Amino acid sequence: MQIKGNFWSTFKKRYSIYLVLLALSIVCSFANENFFTANNLTNISRQLAVTTILAFGETMLIIAGMLDLSAGSVLALSGVFGVSAYKATGSIMIAVLVAILTGVICNIINAGMISTFKAPPFIATLAMLTMARGVALLYTKGQNILKLDKLTILGQGSIGIIPIPIIFLVVVGIFTWYILNHTKLGRSLYAVGGNKEAAVASGINVPKVLYTVFIINGVLVGLAGILFMSRVNAGLPNGAVNYEFTALTAAIIGGTSFSGGIGTAGGTLAGAFIVGFLDNIMNLTGVDSYMQQIVRGAIIALAVIYDIYTKNRKTKAMLGKQDDADKTKVVKAS
Amino acid sequence: MKGDIKLRVSKIEKSFPGVKALDKIDFAVTKGTVHVLCGENGAGKSTLMKIINGIYQPDGGQIFIDEKPVKISNPIQARNLGISMIFQEMNYVPEMTVEENIFLGNLPVNKFGMVDWKKVRRHTEELLKAEGLPYSPTTLLKDLTVSDIQMLEIIKAISYKSDIIIMDEPTSAITLKEVHKLFEKIGQLKARGVSIIYISHKLDEIFQIADDITVFRDGTVVESHPKEELDIETVIALMVGRKLTNTYPKEEIELGEDILKVENFSSQNVYDNINFHVKSGEIVGFAGLMGAGRTEVMRSLFGLDPKSSGVVKIKGKEVNIKNVRQSIENGMVMLSEDRRRYGIIPMRSVKENTTLSYLKKVFYGFFLHSKVENDIVSNMFKRMKVKTPTIETPIASLSGGNQQKVLLAKWMIRNPDILILDEPTRGIDVGAKFEIYKLMTDLAREGKSVIMVSSELPELIGMCDRIYVMAKGNITGEIARKDFSQELIMKYATGNLTISGVK
Ligand SMILES: Nc1ncnc2c1ncn2[C@@H]1O[C@H](COP(=O)(O)OP(=O)(O)OP(=O)(O)O)[C@@H](O)[C@H]1O
Ligand SMILES: [Mg+2]
Repeated sequence: MQIKGNFWSTFKKRYSIYLVLLALSIVCSFANENFFTANNLTNISRQLAVTTILAFGETMLIIAGMLDLSAGSVLALSGVFGVSAYKATGSIMIAVLVAILTGVICNIINAGMISTFKAPPFIATLAMLTMARGVALLYTKGQNILKLDKLTILGQGSIGIIPIPIIFLVVVGIFTWYILNHTKLGRSLYAVGGNKEAAVASGINVPKVLYTVFIINGVLVGLAGILFMSRVNAGLPNGAVNYEFTALTAAIIGGTSFSGGIGTAGGTLAGAFIVGFLDNIMNLTGVDSYMQQIVRGAIIALAVIYDIYTKNRKTKAMLGKQDDADKTKVVKAS
Repeated sequence: MKGDIKLRVSKIEKSFPGVKALDKIDFAVTKGTVHVLCGENGAGKSTLMKIINGIYQPDGGQIFIDEKPVKISNPIQARNLGISMIFQEMNYVPEMTVEENIFLGNLPVNKFGMVDWKKVRRHTEELLKAEGLPYSPTTLLKDLTVSDIQMLEIIKAISYKSDIIIMDEPTSAITLKEVHKLFEKIGQLKARGVSIIYISHKLDEIFQIADDITVFRDGTVVESHPKEELDIETVIALMVGRKLTNTYPKEEIELGEDILKVENFSSQNVYDNINFHVKSGEIVGFAGLMGAGRTEVMRSLFGLDPKSSGVVKIKGKEVNIKNVRQSIENGMVMLSEDRRRYGIIPMRSVKENTTLSYLKKVFYGFFLHSKVENDIVSNMFKRMKVKTPTIETPIASLSGGNQQKVLLAKWMIRNPDILILDEPTRGIDVGAKFEIYKLMTDLAREGKSVIMVSSELPELIGMCDRIYVMAKGNITGEIARKDFSQELIMKYATGNLTISGVK
């Protein structure tokens, strides 16, 4: 009764998000002649770099059944600390390290609340969202730190023709793909998010997995923080508000399932660019900015409904419900 | 009236991606009879039942009730047509209470449209009392054993007063006592004119209860006969397409040293002062009624639950196992009895589910070694005859028996010294059972130790060298192979005899 795998249905499942991205870029190119220019595309990527780096962190967390609502605030805190360190020492290296360290510490606290004290991820990171923003404002007394001199190279500079943020984006993307596909940690993330009790019973060290993924998230958030501040040429304690939502949107649109156990780095990258392209084309064609918010919200709703719909379809299929889309002719193999 | 056909399906077809699960099925159930379906894992039994219950829509064919064509689009419609079903894979919410579970989707409301919880409580209490079940309506499901939950499911399905009740492996998780109770119930239901479709892999049980037997193989009906025209051997031959001569491939093996020794093992209120040992090459059984504490002992041993005191020695060395990893490192693994909760990662592939126990075997250097992983998995699947479209298929879409084999494969790739099997043949067909028994024998021959917790006395008697019997959290008896008998085991299990009384 073994049959050849159904090529089209697997293909659809695996690559539909990239097809959507492709279709969208074609539509955008026709809608406005300025869209498909090297200049515009580089600009989009540069703007997307910060939130997409956050999105990679969120992806790993959501796969493990976690999430991070504090990403935007912690980003601001890391950025502010990093910028201060630069002001004090003049070293870009130290600025980056301080930012990363800040991100990591905040996320160790997140992991501690969740793994050790069993707080729900939603609540724990919500608490961190408020605290981190508070610390950033307290530390700067609410004042922006201006004039970052050479530090701006991170956010504004290029190597050859490639902007540095894009290099970071690509490196983090490859890193996430590598973690998810080529490490024990990645496999464990899928297992923990898919069925935590079964993961424990298979010998997975769940606390270690959770701490590690939060620490990685901390590194990414810290990195995003210093990139962000350096791009806007200021340490903004009030910056990056709601960035976690943009990141979560990218992850969800990219097919990461909020019930855990499912998601890919490539999907998230595509999700981020879908959001970025839409924003960009709405700007280019002069769509009202309030309207843009509505569109963005609608897209999140659509993506979530799609996720729940496909998930239901799957659980139904597991329970045994009809799966129309995958209804396929079957060849009996001898 | 007896003799009338209550339910008939005609030319039912159903495909899943990669599998033709049902191919032109014709099948009919007479009023007031028990119609048994049997067939190997993945033969399509559950799929047909889910179609009759409205969970799946068939790709083709027609269902008739009282010879009138009907279309069943969902389980609620099925219930309105007088059909209810006990599911093979129990899908329960651990945080739910007993009463919520019983009235799930069927909560009575008062005239203000609010849930009438008093009524719920009263009905639940009556129901539990009538069935002699010792827990309260507010007990959480996660605090019940699998067999308790299975009994609840049975009671729930019967309480709907349907004309057709589908029972998909209702006895795979309950013990003899409950089985008797269920059979009595079935007798009463039949007398009331209820038709029952009954799926089971336990052949002796089938012959006790069936009026008609239909055998499935690879999505088709092989044959369908009144029970009188069949015997166990014929049914097995029809199922697997060949004759199985020997049900229990037991070999007498020279026993070695003690591999595992457990002393004064205790956990407050769960089990007390448990002492046992297992030798190299030995298969040791644990018998007992439901709630005797066997699963709990094994879970503590494996590091899933804490113990409060006691000493565990593996190969003569005292070990202090606090979690599953330490147990695995000491060469001891366990197959859990609750496949859904502690076994499968449903949305991940059978491949990932298998290698989860041994990640460092496939992730080394800096990369995943896909070829190594594929080889390990394919070889183990071949050895254990796992039936799956591809190794990338999500485990949740396999038939129950094949899921079980994948979970066993997960531990087999670790090549363990001590294998604890908690109800290993639950929901597994005769052919596959035989393979699991053979695997146990092979392991014993290699000098490994096997512990089998089982509620099926014949398999314990068939396969074990020694049996410990537990009752109420204590070991009440230890029986050597030459003294095995169902009567003796039951005496110990019911607490009518204790170890000191015989020795
Ligand atoms: N939701 C699903 N998606 C894909 N394949 C499925 C699904 N449900 C069942 N199948 C496949 O259909 C076939 C029949 O499965 P079914 O569960 O009906 O078997 P079964 O006879 O009940 O077996 P068992 O005795 O193990 O319970 C199997 O090959 C199984 O893998
Ligand atoms: Mg089945």
